[in-house]
Amino acid sequence: MSGAVWAVAELGGDGLPTRLSLEAATAARTLAAAGGTSSAAVVAAVDPDAAAAALAAYVARVIVVRLPAEAAGSTVAAAAAAAAAAAAEDPGVLLLGATPDGREAAGILAARLGRGVLGNATGLAWGDGDDGVPAGPRVEMSVLGGRALTTSAFADGRGIVTLRPGVVTAAPAEGIGTVDVAAVAVPAPTAVRVIGRADAATRSASIEEATIVVAGGRGMGGPDGVALLTELAAALGGAVAATRAAVDAGWLPFAVQVGQTGKTVRPALYVAIGVSGAIQHRVGMQDAETIIAINRDPDAPLAEHADLYVVGDLFEVVPAVVAALRARGT
Amino acid sequence: MRIVVLVKPVPDATGQERLRPDGRLDRSAAPPVLNGSDEYTLEAALRLVDAHGGDVTLVAMAPAEARDALRKGLAMGAARAVLVSDDLLAGSCALSTMQVLAAVLRTIEFDLVLAGADSADGGGGVVGAGIAALLDLPLISGAAAIDAAGEGAIHVRRIVGTGEETVEATLPVLVVGTQLLGEPRYPTLKGIMGARAKEMAVRTLADLGLDGAAVGGGSATTVVVAQRPPAARAAVRFVREAPHVAAREIVDFLVERRAVR
Repeated sequence: MSGAVWAVAELGGDGLPTRLSLEAATAARTLAAAGGTSSAAVVAAVDPDAAAAALAAYVARVIVVRLPAEAAGSTVAAAAAAAAAAAAEDPGVLLLGATPDGREAAGILAARLGRGVLGNATGLAWGDGDDGVPAGPRVEMSVLGGRALTTSAFADGRGIVTLRPGVVTAAPAEGIGTVDVAAVAVPAPTAVRVIGRADAATRSASIEEATIVVAGGRGMGGPDGVALLTELAAALGGAVAATRAAVDAGWLPFAVQVGQTGKTVRPALYVAIGVSGAIQHRVGMQDAETIIAINRDPDAPLAEHADLYVVGDLFEVVPAVVAALRARGT
Repeated sequence: MRIVVLVKPVPDATGQERLRPDGRLDRSAAPPVLNGSDEYTLEAALRLVDAHGGDVTLVAMAPAEARDALRKGLAMGAARAVLVSDDLLAGSCALSTMQVLAAVLRTIEFDLVLAGADSADGGGGVVGAGIAALLDLPLISGAAAIDAAGEGAIHVRRIVGTGEETVEATLPVLVVGTQLLGEPRYPTLKGIMGARAKEMAVRTLADLGLDGAAVGGGSATTVVVAQRPPAARAAVRFVREAPHVAAREIVDFLVERRAVR
């Protein structure tokens, strides 16, 4: 027994847990059941009640930390609060989403609790110790640009894991969990003050949570190509994403960039148009279940990593696909 | 402004990188280069110094062979480099890395520390935030632009879940950057020549007063228990038909994969 398994929740703009947080909560519950220990989810926010209620459907216990109003929007304050709650109860394992905010929180938790971190898990299971390492999580990770898969463990069975999206399917528990308020003191951040905000022009679905992602690259050529990309995404009910080249060109925002310096996605379907598939892009999408590419160059690197590779002019093929989808009424 | 830029020498992504049988990265398999994410933060630091004065110190933890990678940072315009290098550090985990880098920062006077979003090899993306927590430094992540805001303060435009926000921070502070900070400059010939004369201090764990039993590979919090190549994707199906035929094949494929009904 190495202590409880906690999920540390990340909230979306609506104040509710992200889908990835619900996946982490589900993973905490199943991991704890396998390890014969208890599970919980911790949520730290100025107004955590709705999120706590949502999480209670997934774990037996939700731990709530109320942040002072001055800490609104501060992911650092939320992570420090989660760390204080964890320090008080000493859980064995903490699970977070492998998002920018989740990684930031994982770093803060690691430092404050003196725990190791296994990042960007592509698989998660309980190991009972017959591999010679103490019982605890066994974490699968894709390394070296996807050319190797490793299974890692914590030397003492206790640590912090960040989970890629889609590794676990979010599934509610049978009952509804209890909600406890943690009595931890949370100092409001004073050295950093928000002096301006600019909300994204369109509040598009998070590409990390989308089950269908439609990405465009340099081959889109400009705004006309982006318009086609957007139409195809709409026809498929998918989220728009971009390669670094398309972001650098100013066609699409950094928030939807997939790849090494952007986001990692693992959707059921990834459609790439005008994307050559450089290694820096592939590390962000190669774990997608199904990959379809439309590109003029038959020798582009993505050809070796796609399931269906259409050699053609995207300005001809994409409108035809959109028309065919609309004709089906999808 | 006295700026420290944390940089990580990582194996050049040439396809030669590999793991050793024990699961550790084989750092002899590919030559070390500066981690891409760290070149953006270095560029941001150099622009701040160009505009407002001060200097840039590079701080890295790496095997001694990483000196050449650090020389590139010096050639770009950093004033000096501090390299923590010790055989006992081979196999360090993320926690150990943040503890060692925090210990180096305690020996340096600075106003601002910059860290990259993640490394091309480990990729956990947790070390910058962890160092801030260990040093009780205010932390600003997702930086897209950094500018001085009078004496002892900076403005940072940052990417957040809902869009962007701008924060004002009183120094000292640790900022984690993104590629939006700007395209890294190429070293000039003059910069390359000048870099040879710049100071590169190499420190061991003993120099930092750190116990080799408490940090480094011997006390790593994580272990690799198995490694294997990824399952090969089924062979690609090529489509080279006319657009309307190709479109039908795509839709059929989507139906087959249940992506559309």
